[in-house]
Amino acid sequence: MTMLELKAVNKFFNGWQAVADVDLQVAAGELAVLIGTSGSGKSTTLKMINRLIEPDSGSIRLAGEDIRSQPPEVLRRRIGYAIQSVGLFPHWTVEQNIAAVPSLLKWPKARIRERVVELLELLHLPAAQYLSRYPHQLSGGQQQRVGVARALAADPEVLLMDEPFGALDPVTRGTLQQELLRIQALSGKTIVLVTHDIDEALLLGQRIVLMDKGRVVQQGSAQDFLLHPASDFVRDFVGQSDVGVRLLGLDTVASRMRPLQPVSGEPIAASATLREALSAFVARRVSSLPVIDAQGQPAGVLHFADLLPVAA
Amino acid sequence: MKPARLPAALWLSSGLLLALLYLLPHSAGLFAWLFPEVERPLYTQDSFANLVLAHLLLVLASSLIAVLGGVAAGLLASRPAGREFRPLLDSVLAISQALPPVAVLAIAAPLIGFGEWPALIALVLYGLLPVTQGTLAGLASVPDSVLEVARGLGMGRWRILWQVELPLAAPVLLAGVRTSVVINIGTAAIASTVGARTLGLPIIVGLSGFNTAYVLQGALLVALLAIVADQCFDWLAHRLSPHVGVEH
Repeated sequence: MTMLELKAVNKFFNGWQAVADVDLQVAAGELAVLIGTSGSGKSTTLKMINRLIEPDSGSIRLAGEDIRSQPPEVLRRRIGYAIQSVGLFPHWTVEQNIAAVPSLLKWPKARIRERVVELLELLHLPAAQYLSRYPHQLSGGQQQRVGVARALAADPEVLLMDEPFGALDPVTRGTLQQELLRIQALSGKTIVLVTHDIDEALLLGQRIVLMDKGRVVQQGSAQDFLLHPASDFVRDFVGQSDVGVRLLGLDTVASRMRPLQPVSGEPIAASATLREALSAFVARRVSSLPVIDAQGQPAGVLHFADLLPVAA
Repeated sequence: MKPARLPAALWLSSGLLLALLYLLPHSAGLFAWLFPEVERPLYTQDSFANLVLAHLLLVLASSLIAVLGGVAAGLLASRPAGREFRPLLDSVLAISQALPPVAVLAIAAPLIGFGEWPALIALVLYGLLPVTQGTLAGLASVPDSVLEVARGLGMGRWRILWQVELPLAAPVLLAGVRTSVVINIGTAAIASTVGARTLGLPIIVGLSGFNTAYVLQGALLVALLAIVADQCFDWLAHRLSPHVGVEH
């Protein structure tokens, strides 16, 4: 089922075309990533979905329904929204922030409290400790967790995220990216995420949409982008010289490892990417690595040659 | 949340004010000793308590109008529809602030007569600028990201104004009101030159009759009143912003 459909959408700002003839379909439960340089029109496209910006022409449908068929406020309460600078209400506690949309929807108090606690647990912020804190008492990563919880609060049909992890340090960003994947797998939410970071797009995007000068240049899976770039621009964008290691980043050790053989040395997790495995091979100067599963039990072995896919 | 206790400075200044009000009527001897050249050392045409009440009433009335008008003007000029009035508003306010209150009184008194009204007009005009500037600065201090998210979550314009913009603008807005009120407490004393009954009466009568004792009695009360008001705002400002400053 198509959750979100943009057809021939155009947007001009003072005669300059920010978005040009964008067609886009996002299936229910899909995580789509809009990527491009600044000024490529990706954020504008995102903001047209919740009508923070009105398109000049074209149509946008949410769950089959034209988004102009209801007042913008009503539409926005059906769509979660999280942004890079988080924008937590500084005068509201964590609980009040997360409860923002449920309160607008006039949920009963007990249900709101229950939902807030549930979301805090989902995002690994113990409720007892965080409910009554104010945003300035949280770290950047914790603030963005609360921002994501707020966006998810009323169980929206679609979640829009505008560079949500752009302002975080690499470690926190990595953790939150993994949590987003986990939440998406758990909830099956349709998510549209904007980023300018190709690694984030390759990691998160089930569908990646590359935009340039307001137009969609290529869309497809991470594999498509790395193996079949549509133009030199795409090739440059995915980083010509790094294509190999980025391809390795798409697969896990588990997909290439061989059955158990006794190998000595420090083990690598089966859930690690092949990119991490490559790094381990080079750093430890070994040609084979023991693999362990999530429980820490030996699961197999990975040889350096296994990094190359078997010829199809 | 901070405890809602009154700070010591507020207790001290308001205690002093009350003590002064109680003691002044009994202090003829003290002032006679301080100013032996003065024939009548204690201002007795009116009770000090009545003057303080009248003074406060004039300041309250003028500040109320100035706050309502100033906040409304600031809100209008900060909305997209009112943005083009911003330069006009700025110059009108600059002019009203540049006119000394005495000049406004001098112009107003012949036009509308003597008494409380010209005083009220002068005080309102003088009090508008800090309130409007505080409102504009307060609203401008609300982060754009917060406003974007408020819209993105589906809040309407009025809800954003009441629940997000005004509460976040409140500390800076309140600082503007504080300046306005404290200035008006001092300026209201001058209003006695056009016949308004305020704490300025003993000062003006004292100045024209070379009675330093009167001047001192009026000035002490005006100054203490201004300090008490300032302390009240200080306390209010802390109460209004539980989310800033307190670290866990």
